[in-house]
Amino acid sequence: MSELLRREPHIISAGLSLLAEAAREQAARVTQVDWAPPLAGTEDVLVPVLSDARRVAANALAVERMLAVRAHLVDVVPASAALDLQPGEFLHAGPPVSWDRAAGPLRGALMGAAVFEGLAGSPEAAAVLGARGEFALAPCHSRRAVGPMAGVISPSMWLFALEDSATGQRTYCSLNEGLGKVLRYGAFSPDVLERLSWMSQVLGPLLADAVRRHGPVDVSAILAQMVQMGDEAHNRNRSGTLMLLRDLLPSMVESGIVSGDIARAAAFIGGNDHFFLNLAMPACKLALDAARDIPGATMVVAMARNGTDFGIQVSGTGDEWFTAPALTPQGLFLGGYGPGDASPDIGDSAITETAGLGGFAMAAAPAIAALIGGTAADALATTRRMYEITLAEHALYRVPALEFRGTPAGIDVTLVARTGILPQINTGMAGKIAGTGQVGAGLVTPPAEVFPAALRSLAGAAQPWPSRHS
Amino acid sequence: MSAEHVEARPGAYADSVTLMRVSADVRQADGVQAALVAMATELNLDLLAAMGFPPPDAGPNHLLIAVRAADDTALAGALAAVDTALRARPGAGHGSASHGAGQAQLPRTTAAAVRASGPGLALISVPGRYAFAEAMDALQSGCDVMIFSDNVPVEQEIMLKDFAAERDLIVMGPDCGTAMVRGVGLGFSHTVAAGPVGIVAASGTGAQQVMCLLEYAGAGVSAALGVGGRDLSAAVAGRSARAALAALDTDPGTELIIVVSKPPASEVAARLRDFAARLATPVQFALIGPGESDLTAATETALRALGRPVPDWPRWPGQAPGAEPGHFRAAHESSAPAGVLRGLFAGGTLCDEAMVIASDRLGPIRSNIPLRPELRLAARGPVLGAPVVGTTVLGAPVVGETVPGAIGTGHAMIDFGDDELTMGRAHPMIDQSLRLERLAAEAADPAVTVVLLDVVLGHGAHPDPAAELAPAIASARASGRVSVVVSLIGATSDPQDLGRQAAALQAAGAAVFVSNAAAARFACELIEGAR
Repeated sequence: MSELLRREPHIISAGLSLLAEAAREQAARVTQVDWAPPLAGTEDVLVPVLSDARRVAANALAVERMLAVRAHLVDVVPASAALDLQPGEFLHAGPPVSWDRAAGPLRGALMGAAVFEGLAGSPEAAAVLGARGEFALAPCHSRRAVGPMAGVISPSMWLFALEDSATGQRTYCSLNEGLGKVLRYGAFSPDVLERLSWMSQVLGPLLADAVRRHGPVDVSAILAQMVQMGDEAHNRNRSGTLMLLRDLLPSMVESGIVSGDIARAAAFIGGNDHFFLNLAMPACKLALDAARDIPGATMVVAMARNGTDFGIQVSGTGDEWFTAPALTPQGLFLGGYGPGDASPDIGDSAITETAGLGGFAMAAAPAIAALIGGTAADALATTRRMYEITLAEHALYRVPALEFRGTPAGIDVTLVARTGILPQINTGMAGKIAGTGQVGAGLVTPPAEVFPAALRSLAGAAQPWPSRHS
Repeated sequence: MSAEHVEARPGAYADSVTLMRVSADVRQADGVQAALVAMATELNLDLLAAMGFPPPDAGPNHLLIAVRAADDTALAGALAAVDTALRARPGAGHGSASHGAGQAQLPRTTAAAVRASGPGLALISVPGRYAFAEAMDALQSGCDVMIFSDNVPVEQEIMLKDFAAERDLIVMGPDCGTAMVRGVGLGFSHTVAAGPVGIVAASGTGAQQVMCLLEYAGAGVSAALGVGGRDLSAAVAGRSARAALAALDTDPGTELIIVVSKPPASEVAARLRDFAARLATPVQFALIGPGESDLTAATETALRALGRPVPDWPRWPGQAPGAEPGHFRAAHESSAPAGVLRGLFAGGTLCDEAMVIASDRLGPIRSNIPLRPELRLAARGPVLGAPVVGTTVLGAPVVGETVPGAIGTGHAMIDFGDDELTMGRAHPMIDQSLRLERLAAEAADPAVTVVLLDVVLGHGAHPDPAAELAPAIASARASGRVSVVVSLIGATSDPQDLGRQAAALQAAGAAVFVSNAAAARFACELIEGAR
């Protein structure tokens, strides 16, 4: 029996303000929905998806699994061992892409990595090999890994290994090289390659020893704390980096490795505010991988870019990528660089936004509000807006300025299509010419088309409500 | 004897200020002797030991919850209080869009609105092709739904109604033009006094007619639940009508229920009558159709059943074509040529009712919503949207016919509120332009001698329909051939002022009735009288 005739008259009005006004004039409590038409061409595919009998429970399960994951740093290992990566194989950020279509920063990173691996004598020679199709390319996401910016992972690079304590599932990410002229931004100069060598020969083994001595580091707990310390874990990782160093430094010192190496490692980590990004990212991937492959679920489990295409993957549609040309970020530029120097959007780091951090946690990081050309109030508004397109409030990541409300987490394709609100991504900007490196940092969104594309696939697999016979 | 609980909860980080507040709150709960809620830092583990609790296996990322209480009941209460306090962060109304610093934002979906403000009755008036998503949101958030929008596909309607039935919710609509719930009129509606009659309506204007007549009779209405114009069709099979009847049957304020509908599918009507017969509350049916009682008659029957007097329904006499006030009858009893009747309706049920009455007396009435399929006028929306003169309006049954105002040669009535004619424009109760154009075209047609119009007042309707209609009526009558009859559906409390509207229409020369059935009969008499 409906409670309609017993409830207090509270009208939730979507549509004509005239009707809402008429109810208000009769002293009814009225909540007005700020309704607008959905993304063009989605109204017909929304119906089968919204009436998929599995959707609500499937999304609830996706959220539950995402929020249940506790990511621990359990090891630091070479990619060759962790991912069985063979010489000539390279992983990269974003959806699949060939050398022919690869953007400048990705080509630059592949060229540098090929020299680093000893496959070519110079970046130019590496480019020839690339153009001949001699590199085997695959997305990081296809191998349980993520990489920031170009995201190139080659066999000799060392990776963080993160594990969900409950399920034993693992994800991987490279070690962060710092800012400026670095491989992940497409730079391949000798100093870049020297740094990579030191990271593989000294930093990786040192961290591996420290992590094994220390025992698993609770990355989820550090993320929860850093969100309350001004980091959003994408473009600002300062407190997270220092908390990691605090945890690991005693074990590093205990390793017996020469103090000069330890000192350099500590200075390198502590001096690179983004060091923790490469732990935040695989922690987010671990959470989202747990939410994959739930039939009927409309939750986004990956957003990733390769500098050419922006792709998303959705829980209910398996490993299918929905892609469209990547947009170019807007923001602030280093030195003499300007908007004309920036490559289209690149990197797996949008996994942070997918999991409720980064742009979605902007309200927690007013210090970088300038990146959005705005104020602390704009940062709050950005996070608030993201609640409209998400399924949950994160249980761990709580924002002080929003009275410790959990960050918006779990992007719902149907809500993006219905509201037209696109996920807000904080990002670095790479120079569009291979070899340049970083040119700035700013904001970007996915190209809107990826969401209708995902909806069409979800609609094709939808199972409608069984009609009740009356 | 005391009871004790020590727990180290992983993954439940909260800041120390919050936790000290929670600890303090729990210590004040009944029967609690000692409590500590804190992150399991070394300092806090020492504190815990000093309070005499056993040491848990915990590290700094665990949330410690330790409570000692007088007995198990007090302990359970205290632990529940801990969970409540942890959820209720300071100043945080859960899910409220407004908490925290900075500007609140309006919710963008019905689900977000319900999350912020709680459930209720969702009133959905977005364009029909978008209505499903909002309605689904509402049902999934535990709201009853009124879908004002039309042009919602019938399979979506069925899906929504089945979904609602599983959750004990009601879907009013789609194309539910009117409702009154707990004294609040929604959509095109009237604020009428509370009274003993509940209305279930598969017809908006039909319900409005009954409500207004009941108000005039001093009886009042407990609630009016629209169910959508298709609810009693074979496809939808009365899904919402049954839910609405059941809701009204348990409403203590409802002594009698009137079911109002456009012509229903006969097997659906039969099953609904069976369903109604099993209810404790008497149900009076006003199903428009041949042999059924009209809306006014059904209202009169209900009034008698409640032991209430039946009033004389108000009417304001009009003028014969070209005549001075007061000479209506006289002019028509002269030898004017017999002509045709044209009905131009905003309300579909009012149109149906008028057609049933007129076809009984004048013969077949063609329409875009015909009583029988062979009487259909093809009402082509895009053509109707164009200027009238020189186009094939409404339905010339022959393709390519270009006679201006070609409804054909016989009696005809048009429902301008039909889905086909409201695509991409406001309902004729708000936007009268299409009907005004049509009125001018009818006046220019030498065969037409009587035009019957409805004017519906109330919330949501045009703020002053007579201001536009009166001049149009006056110029239609200027030919000296056309009489105009108006059924004026309004309650005395309507914002447009019923009396003032009637006076303005009458002054323009129209004969005005508050009973649509009476208006239709009068229009027939004018045609018959001229024969």
